[in-house]
Amino acid sequence: MNSPVSPPSPYSSAIGKSNVETHTLSVLVDNEPGVLARVVGLFSGRGYNIESLTVAEVAHGEHLSRITIVTSGTPEAIEQIGHQLDRLVPVHTVTDLTLAGRAIERELALVKVRGKGENRVEALRLADAFRAKVIDATTESFVLELTGATRKIDDFVELMRGIGLVEVARTGIAAIRRGPEPT
Amino acid sequence: MSETMTGAEMIIRALQDQGVEHIFGYPGGAVLPIYDAIFQQDKVKHILVRHEQGAVHAAEGYARSTGKVGCVLVTSGPGATNAVTGLTDALLDSIPVIVFTGQVPTYLIGSDAFQECDTVGITRHCTKHNYLVKRIEDLPRVLHEAFYVAANGRPGPVVIDVPKDVQFAKGKYSRPTNAEHKTYHPKVDGDLAQIERAVDLMMKAKRPIFYTGGGVINAGPAASAALRELVRMTGFPITSTLMGLGAYPASDPQWLGMLGMHGTYEANNAMHDCDLMIAIGSRFDDRITGRLDAFSPGSKKIHIDIDPSSINKNVMVDLGIIGDCAHVLEDMVRLWRSGAHKADEKALAAWWKQIDQWRARKSLAFRPSKETIKPQHAVQRLYELTKNRDTYITTEVGQHQMWAAQHYHFEEPNRWMTSGGLGTMGYGLPAAIGVQLAHPKALVVDIAGEASILMNIQEMSTAVQHRLPVKIFILNNEYMGMVRQWQELLHGGRYSHSYSESLPDFVKLAEAYGAVGMRCSDPAELDAAIIKMIETPAPVIFDCVVDKAENCFPMIPSGKAHNEMILADMDDDIGSVIDSKGKMLV
Ligand SMILES: Cc1ncc(C[n+]2csc(CCOP(=O)(O)OP(=O)(O)O)c2C)c(N)n1
Ligand SMILES: [Mg+2]
Repeated sequence: MNSPVSPPSPYSSAIGKSNVETHTLSVLVDNEPGVLARVVGLFSGRGYNIESLTVAEVAHGEHLSRITIVTSGTPEAIEQIGHQLDRLVPVHTVTDLTLAGRAIERELALVKVRGKGENRVEALRLADAFRAKVIDATTESFVLELTGATRKIDDFVELMRGIGLVEVARTGIAAIRRGPEPT
Repeated sequence: MSETMTGAEMIIRALQDQGVEHIFGYPGGAVLPIYDAIFQQDKVKHILVRHEQGAVHAAEGYARSTGKVGCVLVTSGPGATNAVTGLTDALLDSIPVIVFTGQVPTYLIGSDAFQECDTVGITRHCTKHNYLVKRIEDLPRVLHEAFYVAANGRPGPVVIDVPKDVQFAKGKYSRPTNAEHKTYHPKVDGDLAQIERAVDLMMKAKRPIFYTGGGVINAGPAASAALRELVRMTGFPITSTLMGLGAYPASDPQWLGMLGMHGTYEANNAMHDCDLMIAIGSRFDDRITGRLDAFSPGSKKIHIDIDPSSINKNVMVDLGIIGDCAHVLEDMVRLWRSGAHKADEKALAAWWKQIDQWRARKSLAFRPSKETIKPQHAVQRLYELTKNRDTYITTEVGQHQMWAAQHYHFEEPNRWMTSGGLGTMGYGLPAAIGVQLAHPKALVVDIAGEASILMNIQEMSTAVQHRLPVKIFILNNEYMGMVRQWQELLHGGRYSHSYSESLPDFVKLAEAYGAVGMRCSDPAELDAAIIKMIETPAPVIFDCVVDKAENCFPMIPSGKAHNEMILADMDDDIGSVIDSKGKMLV
């Protein structure tokens, strides 16, 4: 009677940390005071990860804001995060864009590099290759503006490291579904 | 037609329009305008408590015994922070309450003004929703919305923080409407195709069990009625959580008793060995599941809940049905009856035979005594002597709470008020006050521990002031018994700070409050004393002196599975039952 059963349990995946995935959630909320605190508090209170979070009003007249969150966890944990978000009173809809597929994700980065001579030329060459724009320049520095998927920005920043990267500011991800349907 | 009035008047008017008859509260500078509005009307009656925590528990007791929303009014700063434990309690047990908090005037917010605190910030994590109303124009909408949010979907506590200048400001009041809420639309009807699948699984099951919880109580009397019908039609066994007691009558032969950490042997073993589990309004809490990876390993699981986040949260299920328990249960009853649905009688007979063998183990038995009152015996006598009356039971937290759940038997929902999720010592007395207020003629008993009762003992004044004849039945073992039991089990019997030192004389204490005090320590005198308590038309503190060393069994030790229970008659070596992993758990 005392043999603890260890079957291929259907919920062992919920306990184990094996299959961690990264998902992008798009959350449409009523733009009322405290709504961001509610969302962020939910993540910290329940021990979920936030890899990136952006928020801005998207329909001024209707007081709607879109919060885009990149999070990671097991598929079960991410499903749970979706339900937990959905149950917050000011939340209209929660869409898992990763599950829905066919989503566009973009981030904007401002990248400051400092250097002289060959490094300066190289910075501009790379900026050109990545289609980054120079938006500020001094004799010893550039600020470059770049939009793209997170990976592309990561790659760009990595390259700049070797040639005088000073600092980076990134917006986090804005995401939307492709095609005619709303997110 | 909208009338012009002050914010404070709007609050009271909204209470009236929402059918609120009682509000529990405690005044202070930041709510004086609301108290003034209360003074000038007599439809909403104010019950002065002695501590804001007590106000929230009283509102919970009121809500749980009536199905209505409980209401509370407290001042800013310390008034609001004192309410936090009650709010958290209501959140974990899904109890609909609304707490109005005063706030410093809007122009002082953020200046660390006297008795200012960030009430919406502090209560964001312990409410279902909260509001800070900075404009009088928003107040009527927020007031009515709060009632909707507190009571609909999975119920819960709501805070409305109203700055003092908004209480004084004049604006146009509007009455409640049926307008849809902008964002919050809980799904109440279950998906019919899924309900059909569920009924199909039930028909094929060989070892089925119903596992029900507080959600059935929250879904109202219709849910309990439908549950009873379904259980009887199917012939399946049923168990329930601490929160769900009363939804199904304990006197019925299909009732297996409570499950979980201190549940019966038959309920836990049936959960472990079943091939189909039908979870209804229950949430697979750790007190229920025990060791998660050995929880009912061979069963298919159906889970019915109004809160989508409850499904697949702790345990992955095979079929989740989102909806109000009452609606889904009624659909199931209808489907079962209409189709040629029949349970697998032969398999069911074998299943019941197995269950009867577990039952024969008599896991709630205890060694009787002629010298000392056994706490279980005290609850049994209380049950026998009160069961034919209109009785409501509340409890504090500890061993006495578990003995109450095991030995007091409930036939109806809404008769049992206990702090299940948060386990709040000090819950029972204020909750009893709330229950008694809602049911003035009923017998309301708080089954208490001598340690817990001291946590909100000040509410004796409330009971006396408002002539609420609640009975406090203390199982006095001179220990924080549940703590002592765990120290015995897990910490080598080193009883660190769990002895109830310097207890007051409870009889004199009752008298000091203007109530009646009684004491009993002789099993032979117990019945007469209980009868005397019942017949006393005033609040009573009954100091029932019980066996100090009694442990609460059966028990699933932390970190163990349902089929690894310890029973009372095998407690010789309980110190070695729990391994180091189990010790980490609470
Ligand atoms: C507010 C609060 N503090 C601490 C605890 C931890 N705790 C759980 S049971 C218990 C002992 C309760 O003692 P008593 O009221 O005498 O009940 P008994 O177990 O002896 O029946 C304690 C301290 C709690 N549940 N609530
Ligand atoms: Mg005690």
